[in-house]
Amino acid sequence: MDQPAVSVSGLTKRYGEVEAVRGIDLEVARGETFGFLGPNGAGKSTTINILCTLVEPTGGTAAVAGLDVVADRAAVRRRIGLVFQEPTLDGPMSGEQNLRFHGELYGVDRRTAAARREEVLRTVGLWERRKDPVTTYSGGMRRRLEIARGLLHSPQVLFLDEPTIGLDPQTRASIWNYLARLGEAEEITVFVTTHYMDEAENCDRIAIMNEGRIVALDTPEALKAQVGADRVSVTTEDDEAALVAVRREFGLEAAVREGAVTISVPDGAGFVPRLFAALTAEGVVVKSVAVTRPSLDDVFLAHTGTTLRDAEANRGPSMHPMAMRMRGR
Amino acid sequence: MTETQRSPDGAALDDRGPERAAGLRVEAVRVPQSGIATEARAAAVVWQREMIRFFKDRTRIVSSLAQPLLFLFVLGSGLGSLLSSAGGRSGGVSLPTFLFPGVLAISVLFTAAFSGISIVWDREFGFLREMLVAPVSTTSILLGKAVGGATVATLQCILLLALAGLVGVPYDPLMFVELLVLIFLMAFMICALGLMLAARLKQVQTAMPMVQLIITPLMFLSGALFPLGNLPTWLTVLTHINPMTYAVEPLRHVVFARLNASAADLARYDPGIHWGSFLVPTWLEIVLTIGFSVLLLGLAVTRFRRTE
Repeated sequence: MDQPAVSVSGLTKRYGEVEAVRGIDLEVARGETFGFLGPNGAGKSTTINILCTLVEPTGGTAAVAGLDVVADRAAVRRRIGLVFQEPTLDGPMSGEQNLRFHGELYGVDRRTAAARREEVLRTVGLWERRKDPVTTYSGGMRRRLEIARGLLHSPQVLFLDEPTIGLDPQTRASIWNYLARLGEAEEITVFVTTHYMDEAENCDRIAIMNEGRIVALDTPEALKAQVGADRVSVTTEDDEAALVAVRREFGLEAAVREGAVTISVPDGAGFVPRLFAALTAEGVVVKSVAVTRPSLDDVFLAHTGTTLRDAEANRGPSMHPMAMRMRGR
Repeated sequence: MTETQRSPDGAALDDRGPERAAGLRVEAVRVPQSGIATEARAAAVVWQREMIRFFKDRTRIVSSLAQPLLFLFVLGSGLGSLLSSAGGRSGGVSLPTFLFPGVLAISVLFTAAFSGISIVWDREFGFLREMLVAPVSTTSILLGKAVGGATVATLQCILLLALAGLVGVPYDPLMFVELLVLIFLMAFMICALGLMLAARLKQVQTAMPMVQLIITPLMFLSGALFPLGNLPTWLTVLTHINPMTYAVEPLRHVVFARLNASAADLARYDPGIHWGSFLVPTWLEIVLTIGFSVLLLGLAVTRFRRTE
């Protein structure tokens, strides 16, 4: 039983001219919480949809719980839980009715079904609201109900595609709190996609995907350690002069990112006074300064040469092949 | 278990949630291999959901009665007086009596078509996805949906059937049983048609033109509102290729068998369906209805498989 929960090799997917997934290899161990990161359109949703048997790959193989996603479609489906980007609840039915429906649909053993419903509803903190129609639930509660539903049939792998999209930061944090604790209550592998860097810190390992390829795959700590440098961001009255000064005085490459001169240095806090002195000597007025420890955003920056935000701004929402497909349904 | 576990979004979580859940831990539920029993359970729960929705939506039950009542009493009485004042032979059968089985059929047509097309709502709200990603066949899902729609349409018809006496149709128990069975078959067929039509619809707004374009012609070309004898050839051809025709005629046949109508009246009001000189027997009409149902549901399944 120590086969990997998810194993992917040479996976590709092409939608006409668009190559959404360009050959990825990946292995997720049982019990792991695995984060799949990348900007919109990076191919995350396509990959997760292949793993969930909803989309057939163009090339390569993928196995979930040891079963091939193309050849053993139904068997894979019985062993996975799904939480989609878009809501998939029945509004007029109550939370409990939604779960009951799911249990019947998945042929869950009737003797244990009621106890299991209570268990998952308590896990996501919705037991008290179980009789209320879903239409009366907030966005975060609906998400949690979907997570409970995804767990109902005791899947080996729970797939969540952008489970926190469109939720406010507090609710996002609360959803992650529940997800992070799942491992304690369930023997389950969690495979989650997100494009929020801060959320990825909750995962055991993460893969960063960009333009259909995995550009980095490791634990969040290891990935951050690879970057190794602090980020110093300065806003000035004359960014061009500041860039020149940094280059000449310190021999460091600086770039304007998100409206600030950004420099990578090993010891950010120690660097700031020297930076100030140099910039003042050049007559550049400093308006603000910020030092940030390496984050996954920096990891993304280091591996793709662009920040996540810029990557999304350049791409625009229309390049998301899955989104197009969904809208086209 | 003394305090509530309510955790409004963003507010502090109940820290003990998962631990408590772990405390109540039951053995992992087993999801069995696929088989007839699993498929049947899936279809049954889809059916059950249709029932829950039907009984929750009482306004729909009442409002769906409005149209058939208008047809039966307003159109029936209005046109009836026109016919008798024009010196037409009203014979032993009044127009409301004649219209009764047809109005039942029209009521079923609209309710069942709406039930089938309502799957577009499921798609729009995402619930269709929950159903179609389950480890059961699309056939079971759509079968549950069609049987559910047919049950809803049949239940709604019971209210109309109760009015039989008002239009001179006797309260014959066996007739009601026969009518309910026939109505269910017709409703299933129409519901399957609705599902097939809805397979490619993405938005709820596009569903209504579909009703206007397909369902309304089916009503007019089915013989629900007029007898099928002595029609112009083009109209005869259109009624004969309309599946609905073969579902309406048995209803009328069952009702007319209980009326004390003269042979002349029967020939005039219930001539049956003639393919050339061949009178299509009722059993064949029922077989055709079932055949159309299987065909339409099969097409619906194929179309859903292709889109999702």
